[in-house]
Amino acid sequence: MADELFAIVEHEIDLAPLLAAVGDPAAGAVVTFLGTTRDHNEGRRVTRLEYEAYPEMAVAELRKIGATARSRWPIHAVAIVHRIGAVPIGEASVAIAVSAGHRAAAFEACHFAIDRLKEVVPIWKKEHFEGGEVWIGSQTGEKF
Amino acid sequence: MEIRIRFFASIREKLHRSEATCSLPDGATVADLLGQLCREYPPLAHYRRSVSVALNREYVDADQPLRDNDEVALIPPVSGGTDG
Repeated sequence: MADELFAIVEHEIDLAPLLAAVGDPAAGAVVTFLGTTRDHNEGRRVTRLEYEAYPEMAVAELRKIGATARSRWPIHAVAIVHRIGAVPIGEASVAIAVSAGHRAAAFEACHFAIDRLKEVVPIWKKEHFEGGEVWIGSQTGEKF
Repeated sequence: MEIRIRFFASIREKLHRSEATCSLPDGATVADLLGQLCREYPPLAHYRRSVSVALNREYVDADQPLRDNDEVALIPPVSGGTDG
């Protein structure tokens, strides 16, 4: 059985530990996803993203996403690592790896994991752009 | 009872603090706590409709009762990952 890897880190993400965590002799597919900082957003020239987490809860929520994925798809293992602090252009803020006997389930479970992460995991990002900064998810409407 | 509160991201910046403690009567709920916090920190009122609440690291509804030494976190809309 692969070791679990659900973590919040403050340094550059290395995929190797995720691949090691989901490795399984019975796996015929390993799907990985990296979310990287893009240099533009809604017409703004982005200079960096800065992430903040409620780390204890975030790791618990990442683990739940892995458990839910395993209950819905015939997959072997899930690993998710999210970086916090400043993430420069082109570098990864999040990495997900899913292993399965066959690729379809691995792709679907990986897609589910990133979508779910963005909905429920208590992590926030502030976009720094030329001329200002804004918390993403909080700039719409009067509420924020 | 004493409740420990944690603030994050936009709320933390708006209030210029990441933590607070609050004394509430026994039987108080999350909604009671939010009401008291909004009186204590008026800028919080702007967030009230969009904020989620975690009690001891689990999302809960406003009618959830509180206990002494609970940790409550105010969770503004999350935005982890990237839009890639």
